[in-house]
Amino acid sequence: MPSLPDSHGHFAEHGGRYVAETLMPALFELEKAYKEARRDPAFRRELENYSREYVGRPTPLHFAAHLTERLGGAKIYLKREDLCHTGAHKVNNTLGQALLAVRMGKTRITAETGAGQHGVATATMAAFFRRECEVFMGSLDVERQSLNVFRMKLLGAKVTAVDSGSRSLKDALNEALRDWIATVRDTYYLIGTAAGPHPYPMIVRDFQAVIGREARRQILKKEGRLPDMLVACVNGGSNAIGLFYPFIKDTSVKMVGVEAAGLGLNTGSHAATLNAGTVGVLHGNKTYLLQDELGQIRETHSIAAGLDYPGVGPEHAWLKDTGRATYTAVTDAEALEALKMLSETEGIIPALESSHAVAEAIKLAPTMDKDRVMIVNLSGRGDKDMQTVARAFGVTL
Amino acid sequence: MANSGRISAKFRELRARDEAALIPYIVAGDPDLETTARLVLELEARGADLIELGVPFSDPMADGPANQRAAARGLSSGASLAAILSMVKELRARTEIPIVLFGYYNPIFHYGCERFSADAARAGVDALLVVDLPPEEAAELQKPACRNGLDFIYLLAPTTPLARAERIARSASGFLYYVSVTGVTGARAELATDLEEHVRGIKGVTELPVGVGFGISNPAQAARVAAFADAVIVGSALSLAIEANVHSPNLVETLGAMVGAMKDAMRTARRGSETSAAR
Repeated sequence: MPSLPDSHGHFAEHGGRYVAETLMPALFELEKAYKEARRDPAFRRELENYSREYVGRPTPLHFAAHLTERLGGAKIYLKREDLCHTGAHKVNNTLGQALLAVRMGKTRITAETGAGQHGVATATMAAFFRRECEVFMGSLDVERQSLNVFRMKLLGAKVTAVDSGSRSLKDALNEALRDWIATVRDTYYLIGTAAGPHPYPMIVRDFQAVIGREARRQILKKEGRLPDMLVACVNGGSNAIGLFYPFIKDTSVKMVGVEAAGLGLNTGSHAATLNAGTVGVLHGNKTYLLQDELGQIRETHSIAAGLDYPGVGPEHAWLKDTGRATYTAVTDAEALEALKMLSETEGIIPALESSHAVAEAIKLAPTMDKDRVMIVNLSGRGDKDMQTVARAFGVTL
Repeated sequence: MANSGRISAKFRELRARDEAALIPYIVAGDPDLETTARLVLELEARGADLIELGVPFSDPMADGPANQRAAARGLSSGASLAAILSMVKELRARTEIPIVLFGYYNPIFHYGCERFSADAARAGVDALLVVDLPPEEAAELQKPACRNGLDFIYLLAPTTPLARAERIARSASGFLYYVSVTGVTGARAELATDLEEHVRGIKGVTELPVGVGFGISNPAQAARVAAFADAVIVGSALSLAIEANVHSPNLVETLGAMVGAMKDAMRTARRGSETSAAR
């Protein structure tokens, strides 16, 4: 299997740099700075040090004995990214990119955010490295996620509500790109997922790949062999590519990405880009998109605000095309049931996003022999979702 | 199919008269395609030399609020690529003004690069400018576009190093579009102070005409830019005027008057700089 992306940032047909000319020189500068940093032992040492001391890595690979017993099939291990500082895997990427911003001498860091998790992780690192920070967030999400808005402000970030389009994540991304077009000389745009123009999908993947590297080492130690299956939720796909990437060449390891089927794939109210989308160009990369017959981008739905984007990272698009990974989808209702079951069996309340991966594991584990091993990426913790979950279960808080 | 030659002929003609081109940008279908067709004819009558027709897209990431809202109005009036091409086809019975389609890549990619290039050329479109398609990614559209005789216009930005500008110019045709500000489209109170220097730098590495756009909104700014650039592109100011007059029976006339005033100021500026050069 070739090493991707190629020198133009392509994963076969997908990826690339589809941006206005104003940003092209900045993307070249970023790529050069990143490649130098990656080769620099001092940069790697610094990243490892903060990952250990500040983020709390390595995260445990927890054998979910009670869930496994309940389902009666494959052994289920949980990669506990929910135990990272700020409560999700997002910080792996924001730490790495913030270090890069510091190295590049950028004084201001910007980000887009949907549910606010990436915004919080960015604001956290900006506070830590004393950078000015502005987070763009759809005005609908600002209303829905007031707790995270408050957290970002507490961390010293400016939160700018975006009123255009569908007033959600894709519009926040548009606005972050517009801001970057105007401020590109002193601003580092810190994208939150493994999508966007090259080199972002590569950079985000590389910083998230720590998840898969650790999991690989941990499972070899615990089981003495590679897992049979990896399961992770996918929207932009950064937690999934982080888990998958170090296993891509291990062809015996099945990789399953789980998209948000929302109210159901046949309803139009979902965010299952790889299951139901077509190839197009948005936000700087060619990839699968949810779009209408004229190439206009469609609105999406998922109970998990962090899975509510109409695109997907280009490497996942490529993994789908080659058949190396398969992509399924679970509904809001299935994700909620999974959240409940994991809470009851393991005492772990997963984020609604991660609950999609758990739901798929609940479907697949019973169909597998008991000597099979599955790793589920528990990408984030559920505290942020308690209002949504309570509402869904008809409980007033 | 041979290049229509309308764009190069127009710039030759203007050069002979020592005039800079005025290129109004209007979003097709804002507020509806019938009005867009009337606007094209009116703007031409009032001094527009080329027309840029914006193709509305749901996620216009290089546009400021005025053009974003114009795109939204265009989308809700149903201005699909196919509908825009048939409007251009009908216009061709009445005008030879060069028409540039200005938009984002996804609707074109979705239509199909080959089919779109052929249909656009057949409809009478002269050139394409695709904002989010830098030369590194452009081959799959530029090849069929050129085969069908369409000019391919690229953006250059204040952040573009001169060596890169030179490379881009070599793969462009028609004219080059210099983005006057490090930022998205939208009216600005002030023009960049180093604008003239940048444009002269680019003119030093290419034979193609160089147009300037993004942020030019009034006759005084248009006149200043016309003194050193080959073309002045005005967009957001017109989108705002359409918005303000969207229910007015004088919409078309109002836009015509704005364009007329800009063209007049540009002519005066060129004559002014000629006289001062002669002195």
